[in-house]
Amino acid sequence: MKSALKWAVLGLAAVLPLSVQAHKAWILPSQTVLSKAGWITVDAAVSNDLFYFNHVPLRVEGLIITGPDGAAVEAQNSHTGKYRTTFDVDLSKDGTYRIATVNSGLFANWVDEKGERKRWRGSPETFAKEVPANAKELKVTQSSGRIETFVTLGKPNETALKPSGQGLELVPVTHPNDLFAGEAATFALQIDGKPAADLEIEIVPGGSRYRDRQDEIKVKTDAQGRFSVTWPQAGMYWLEASLSDSHASLPQASERRASYVATFEVLPQ
Amino acid sequence: MRALLALCLCGVLSVPATAAQIDLTVEIPSLDVSEYHRPYVAIWIERPDNSVAANLAAWYQQKDTNEGAGTKWLADLRQWWRRSGREQSFPIDGVTGATRPVGQHKVSFSSGKAPLGDLPPGSYRLVVEAAREVGGRELLTIPFEWPPQASQHLSAQGKNELGALALDLVP
Repeated sequence: MKSALKWAVLGLAAVLPLSVQAHKAWILPSQTVLSKAGWITVDAAVSNDLFYFNHVPLRVEGLIITGPDGAAVEAQNSHTGKYRTTFDVDLSKDGTYRIATVNSGLFANWVDEKGERKRWRGSPETFAKEVPANAKELKVTQSSGRIETFVTLGKPNETALKPSGQGLELVPVTHPNDLFAGEAATFALQIDGKPAADLEIEIVPGGSRYRDRQDEIKVKTDAQGRFSVTWPQAGMYWLEASLSDSHASLPQASERRASYVATFEVLPQ
Repeated sequence: MRALLALCLCGVLSVPATAAQIDLTVEIPSLDVSEYHRPYVAIWIERPDNSVAANLAAWYQQKDTNEGAGTKWLADLRQWWRRSGREQSFPIDGVTGATRPVGQHKVSFSSGKAPLGDLPPGSYRLVVEAAREVGGRELLTIPFEWPPQASQHLSAQGKNELGALALDLVP
């Protein structure tokens, strides 16, 4: 019983960075709407309060910054401290930038010849090499997670917003840098390129340290994966969605887990 | 005879379109603050659906300084930036200009001429937005019908970043 609980906890820990969690992961840009080419700085952290760095920094090994022309933009002056990761981005071209950390992988656990439970984390390429072919009680989970935000210099465009078709992704109907208090915004969620229907989404306004409640907004996607939210006030918002099902795209995996987090800035009228 | 009638009609129809004028007085108030910078101001005409019919003026720091003036803070005129500014390249001929000091500033626009151009008849709003570095922001609107049938005086009163706004429509 004790052992089973231990493994359950460890198993949960293995998928924690990519699934529903008590702590909130986020990427926060210094501004989201710019009228002149130049630098922004970005904080990335995992915290309890939004948007205060008070737990651990967000690891950004999987950082992908996509420029308005679809080309990758390099992060500069990257630094990971005790509570946050920071980096700068030089916005030199007009249009919309997508700043995202994307993680994907396989998790496996099985019982070896000695009856001991083994855990493994890796990629489809290393799976065959590292997981024994005769593993007993083998359970393989395919996992993907995306944490992102959006910044626009000048006129917004859509090139960087094109979904990759992998994992849980947001497809904007309303542009993510065109959000205003009191107005409704519509987005769609996709899982591996298909509509993520009937999925719960949680939206929490920033500044949570200075109020008694999370004040979360809960919405659900429709059959087309679409959802709408009317922003109650201006500020930064954190959006999270995750799913777990049996539709893994990799043949080795029996289960699919995916999570999505985005930070949005909503401007006053 | 028919040609003459057509010519007359044409002449009658085109007269109000070329002659109508908008005279606007914008007051930039004197403020008792420790650090004062002249406000950035945008003046435009929008349709009932918020789309921009004409950009009339955008006053901002013209010179780039190491404090990052120039276009860097234009997005602080956030409604204008959203509705029109972000679509433009700067400077805009006949629209952009230097910031203005405290006082009354009269600007006039004639139909048929840039930047007002030919407004199709209809309902519009004149919008004046002001944003001040380390200060506040204010937006005033005055609804009006175009073209004016008679001389018309309309006004609005700002509270913080803008003072009195006077709009005179001259047919």
